Amino acid sequence: MLLINCPHCGPRAQAEFGFERPVETILPVDASTATMVERLYTRTNARGVSAELWRHSHGCRAWLRIDRHVVTHEILCVALWVALWQAPQ
Amino acid sequence: MQRYSAWNLFKHGLRGHKGWQPAWRSPEPKAHYDVVIIGGGGHGLATAYYLAKRHGIRAAVVEKSWIGGGNTGRNTTIVRSNYRLPEMQALLEHALKLWEGLSDELNYNVMFSQRGAIFLGHSDGDMARLAERGDALRCAGIDAELLSRAQVHKLIPLLDISDAARFPIVGGLIQRRGGTARHDAVAWGYARAADALGVDIIQQCEVTGFAIAGGRVTGVETSRGHIGAGRVGIVVAGNSGHVAGLAGLRLPVESHILQAFVTEPVKPMIDTVIMSQSLHCYISQSDKGEIVLGGDPDFYPSYTQRGQPMRIEEVAGQAIGLVPALSKLRMLRGWAGTTDMTCDGSPIFDETPVADLHINGGWCYGGFKATPGSGWLFAEQLATGRVADLARPFGLGRFASGATVDEAGSGPMPHHR
Amino acid sequence: MSGYRLASGGLVDRTRPVAFTFDGVSYSGFAGDTLASALLASGVSIFGRSFKYHRPRGVLSAGVEEPNALVTAGQGGRAEPNTRATDLFLTPGLVATSQNRWPSLGFDLGAVTALIAPFIPAGFYYKTFFGGPKLWRFFEHFIRRAAGLGPAPRLADPDSYQHRAAFCDVLVVGAGPAGLAAADAAAGAGKRVILCEQDAIVGGALLRDAAEIAGLPGRDWAAAVCARVIAAGGRVLLRTTATGYHDHDLLTLGEKCAEPGEDAPSLSAQRLWRVRASRVVLAPGLVERPLVCPGNDVPGVMLSGAVRTYVQRFGVAPGRRAVVAGCSDDADRTAAALRAAGVEVVATIDYRRGETLDTVKGGNRVSTVIASVGGMTRSFACDTVAMSAGFTPSVQLHMQAGGTLAWHDGCAAFVPATSRQAQVTAGAAAGIEGLAAILASGWAAGGGDVADAPQTRAERHCCHGFAPPPRGARTTAFVDFQNDVTSRDLDLAWREGYRSVEHMKRYTTLGMATDQGKTSNIAGLLQLSRNEGRPAPDIGLTTFRPPFTPVTLGVLAGEDGGLHMAPRRVLRLKAQHDRHHPLWQPLGYWHRPRAYPRDGETLHSAAMREARTVRSNVGLSDVSTLAKFDVQGPDAGAFLELVCATGIAKLAVGRGRYTFMLREDGMVMDDGTVWRLGDARYLLTSSTGGAARMEAHLAYVRGVLAPHMRVAIVEVQEHWAAFAIAGPNARSLVETLACVSAPKHMGCLAVVVAGVECWLLAASYSGERAFELYVPGDVVVPVWEAAEALLHAAGGALYGLEALELLRIEKGHIVIGAEATGRTTPHDLGLGKMLRVSGGYCGAAGLARPMLQAVDRQALVGLEADGEIPEGAMLVRAAGEAPMGHVTSVGSRVLGQGGVALALLAGGPARTGEQWLATSPTRGITVPVRVTAPLFHDPEGTRYRD
Ligand SMILES: Cc1cc2nc3c(=O)[nH]c(=O)nc-3n(C[C@H](O)[C@H](O)[C@H](O)COP(=O)(O)OP(=O)(O)OC[C@H]3O[C@@H](n4cnc5c(N)ncnc54)[C@H](O)[C@@H]3O)c2cc1C
Ligand SMILES: [Zn+2]
Repeated sequence: MLLINCPHCGPRAQAEFGFERPVETILPVDASTATMVERLYTRTNARGVSAELWRHSHGCRAWLRIDRHVVTHEILCVALWVALWQAPQ
Repeated sequence: MQRYSAWNLFKHGLRGHKGWQPAWRSPEPKAHYDVVIIGGGGHGLATAYYLAKRHGIRAAVVEKSWIGGGNTGRNTTIVRSNYRLPEMQALLEHALKLWEGLSDELNYNVMFSQRGAIFLGHSDGDMARLAERGDALRCAGIDAELLSRAQVHKLIPLLDISDAARFPIVGGLIQRRGGTARHDAVAWGYARAADALGVDIIQQCEVTGFAIAGGRVTGVETSRGHIGAGRVGIVVAGNSGHVAGLAGLRLPVESHILQAFVTEPVKPMIDTVIMSQSLHCYISQSDKGEIVLGGDPDFYPSYTQRGQPMRIEEVAGQAIGLVPALSKLRMLRGWAGTTDMTCDGSPIFDETPVADLHINGGWCYGGFKATPGSGWLFAEQLATGRVADLARPFGLGRFASGATVDEAGSGPMPHHR
Repeated sequence: MSGYRLASGGLVDRTRPVAFTFDGVSYSGFAGDTLASALLASGVSIFGRSFKYHRPRGVLSAGVEEPNALVTAGQGGRAEPNTRATDLFLTPGLVATSQNRWPSLGFDLGAVTALIAPFIPAGFYYKTFFGGPKLWRFFEHFIRRAAGLGPAPRLADPDSYQHRAAFCDVLVVGAGPAGLAAADAAAGAGKRVILCEQDAIVGGALLRDAAEIAGLPGRDWAAAVCARVIAAGGRVLLRTTATGYHDHDLLTLGEKCAEPGEDAPSLSAQRLWRVRASRVVLAPGLVERPLVCPGNDVPGVMLSGAVRTYVQRFGVAPGRRAVVAGCSDDADRTAAALRAAGVEVVATIDYRRGETLDTVKGGNRVSTVIASVGGMTRSFACDTVAMSAGFTPSVQLHMQAGGTLAWHDGCAAFVPATSRQAQVTAGAAAGIEGLAAILASGWAAGGGDVADAPQTRAERHCCHGFAPPPRGARTTAFVDFQNDVTSRDLDLAWREGYRSVEHMKRYTTLGMATDQGKTSNIAGLLQLSRNEGRPAPDIGLTTFRPPFTPVTLGVLAGEDGGLHMAPRRVLRLKAQHDRHHPLWQPLGYWHRPRAYPRDGETLHSAAMREARTVRSNVGLSDVSTLAKFDVQGPDAGAFLELVCATGIAKLAVGRGRYTFMLREDGMVMDDGTVWRLGDARYLLTSSTGGAARMEAHLAYVRGVLAPHMRVAIVEVQEHWAAFAIAGPNARSLVETLACVSAPKHMGCLAVVVAGVECWLLAASYSGERAFELYVPGDVVVPVWEAAEALLHAAGGALYGLEALELLRIEKGHIVIGAEATGRTTPHDLGLGKMLRVSGGYCGAAGLARPMLQAVDRQALVGLEADGEIPEGAMLVRAAGEAPMGHVTSVGSRVLGQGGVALALLAGGPARTGEQWLATSPTRGITVPVRVTAPLFHDPEGTRYRD
């Protein structure tokens, strides 16, 4: 079971978190259909580091970007999603 | 091919079994094959077998490790065709019919055992959905039978059928032709039969790249050098995304972990394959006596073939809820496979944007049951360059068009199903 | 006969006899005995029967690696099959039973398989039993009965189990000298230590070979170390096995609070610990390997170290005349221990001198050994053989943790090389020999300075060495004892092409028995290596995975097994419902009243009465389980426009609207209502079953796609209890109840009922004039009771889910899971006209895909028939044709006659008026149906509109 270091809550067991999706599949509400097909229906799915969106759903409920190696399960970094987010211009 | 039979077993027994020949050769790769199949799992080996048998093409199967060591050798071996959607029904019923003759076809006992596969219903609502599935199946000519609580109990006396159960059992839907098979034997049986027809099975040979010229694949780069090919089929299950990535392709596939485990063997206690409409656990007993258990995937991407303990704990809790007598049995062995989860839960048969590079994958956690059918159809695809009729609904284009085959109705996120 | 207990010695408590039975015969041992030691002391030599050939088997080992001596411990629901007699400490009244034999252990008919053994080599079943699945099922029936070890349990388990979580600075696995030294060093440095040991007492190898450490007798030193660990705030867990080493240094430990089969007074029979450790010291020691030679499984043949353990720890002589065969100093020690105990050692066979053990003879007990000694073949009469082919370091946990291995020539086995997690292996498991060096390695692993390591003057005792498997494989030279895998089977597998170590394992079942290959995998590897002509390290081992030793499903489930596998959510008003004796209906985690039958009513007649009362008078229903979200903030409306596919912006304060939400692929995800309670405050409701999904979706859109919006969403499903009041007389009831003039259809109002502030919403699901009252859950009872009193005064009725269904089907309202299958678009469900034309909602892009616009898609219709329509039935034009749709929900006309239903049908509403068949082959029913609009009651909505 992974140990995820939530920026709000500190290191917590994976059981408190939920995986949401790879960051590359995040789709803005106003996306075109072509973008929708590309984002929702293709994956890099590489044997390496994957940028993912998780949620501390049984904790502070923050959305987190987690860079995680999917072959070793090593977690390279955990960041608050809002801190990375850029408002649409 | 040396024939397997009771008589030959007896004859060889008299000579101390010294006379048995290798089930397959270990050939060096040739410079060029008409068809190269990547992945020596059940699906890849079955493809090679039918390619040779039905189309007269002697392919090479390249396997990075040992044959059958992927999901073929890691699954809970449930075979059934009782799906809800007609496209899946047709695909898997075709496979099921092949299963019924497979041991004799291959002259290798794959122990396909039609012990019946039952879905338990825990409410009238569950039963309505099971009736719907059963009716859809029967209309498609596939066997399905609704069972009352008493009938379920008779089949599986150790089930807790009391009202006090957390999810009381009110009935079930059984496919009597469903059951289990011996997973390793499927890989080995196909390998032996394919080898006898001249297929080269090349183990310890990992595909590390593709030779592509003018938008057309001309061969594969492997850990044992370049192998030229007229056509290439990717059949690598959990590694579909990775291998397609070597050709610069992105697939509607995410690789997730699915675990399974067995208990220490005991005398027969569960004859039928048990699944549930509401719970996420499935139970069967192997011929050896081990109780085989599985559940949900781990719900996040991973290639580790290593699962999280909480999933096992959850499955154990649910299994005890269904069959209380399981509590004192001990988990003996657990393992995990990397499954190729697609964005609608259904498999993929298609030619990729790279000409002559074909893919058969995306079987998620349910492709063992498809093994013979998948091989049959993909062989036809590799032989003719055209996707076979039964496989036509499973093209890559379905996602853009909206014609997804979403059996679970749970949408594009693989871990939501 | 009790002649095998030595007159003195051992660590058993001779003042505390313990009575037990084995196969119905009464025996007595001492506290501290295992079942194996007590039975050996009583002269028992056959403990069990092997899996395939039903060969009589004795005890091979003295630990968890035991492949042979498996028994069922305990009785009734506590019976635990396949329990190792060597890992079962005697408890008073233990009832142990042998397994896999019939009629008795001494005379087992199954043993006839030995006669056909030459014809059933490894994998024989792949080569025969052809002729189709029916024939295979026939043979399989008998194979299944012959297979399996212990009896199948039949009863529920009366015991309870527990999960516990713990954290520590240093987790030490194994309380032998290395583990104790590590724990001591760590505790001395102020670390919180958890020391776990699968045995019932600490000491490990010291229990077999006494030694002086740090100036104290070894066991006293061990006790002192444990005291220091506890004093430093740590724990010592006995009978606790580290079963799994998982990601990020999480280990699972299985603790036996009671022995298998014991009727234990303690709260839990077993406990599963999840320990997250900053550092992990693995000191699991060694497992001895048997020699491979014909007859190596005859009862009386034991591992050399085990023989010594029985003598020195348990005070039991395993026999009278022994042959000792080994390949290191360790065997010499065994011979010395036997002699000291008065057992005659008739021969020592030393592989270091090129001597070999060639054959063991005997039926139910060893009688003769044939060996090559001093260049000659000799035969020795004996009743016991102590054998050793070397020792295998226990590297399982290290490998589970992702560590790599290196080949150790001295042991002819693998030892840990590099680690990936915070684990370090110490002591014998690291390939270290000699007590002093082992103590030093443990001390260092625990963080101590080697100069301060505990000292010992014990002579250096070398256990490295190895006996190669003999050439010329034989049928009765066992490599895997339990599964009856012989060296000949391994050669056959290799000859047939099963040449990778995994193929060999799977083809022969080597290492797949309940001992998980602990005693057999190196022997198998060495034989494969010789066949392949490749060095063993190039071939490698099969992967080790949890559990290290088998763990019960009961303890895996812990408190969450069976009844507690999922929470049961209870309605706030359960007691109020129970007064009317409802039929309860499970709905996800909830139970809801399905109907409130009165005397003699069936479910259906009760539901019909309730529904009719709603249509003709007034009804009251508990709808508290609906998902509810309180959405507030200046951007609340804009946010809801992202989520809801219908118009929201124009909603006035005090008004509400039906709405639905799409998945990103354009399919209908959920539906409900949205109410504007204030300028910047909305209440959103959606389906009960979809509550968790909707919560996640709202959180996703808000937190990930629109973090800039000034909006807060609180899930208030359980904060608000809710009930519906519906029927022609609903308005007057509500007005009396709330002392207000009731809002118009789709209006909402804050009201006070029974002193409680509530929201009154005018919404109709039933097709009648209807209201929903949202009441803070903790004070709902007086409000409900006030409403119920008025209801009864008006001659109205409570109505449950079943009536709710009848009513909504007549109105054509969809239900998530029935009509909205997750494969249906708003167009399919007749909701297309409500889509917001301006777009901008989640799912709009997905919905625009061409196949989702096609006209021949299955779409929502109504069906009517003279009688009942079978739910779930397929819709076909004519018998035998392919279905073009199915019946999604069924009901009866509440006021009229005949059955009505909702359905999804290809072509949808365009087929109105057509005749179809609703066919259910599984129920043997086919009903002619007429396609209608999905609306059977008051199509204009005159009954609730203003
Ligand atoms: C725990 C578990 C339980 C399951 N239970 C069931 C069940 O009960 N019923 C059911 O129907 N299905 C089940 N499945 C799914 C089923 O196992 C798979 O869908 C099916 O076996 C896939 O077969 P395959 O031959 O395509 O894949 P695999 O057997 O995985 O074969 C793919 C092969 O490709 C090889 N490969 C990968 N990359 C390369 C490369 N670069 N070069 C060369 N070779 C490569 C791999 O080594 C592997 O051998 C389960 C899966 C798991 C993990
Ligand atoms: Zn947090």
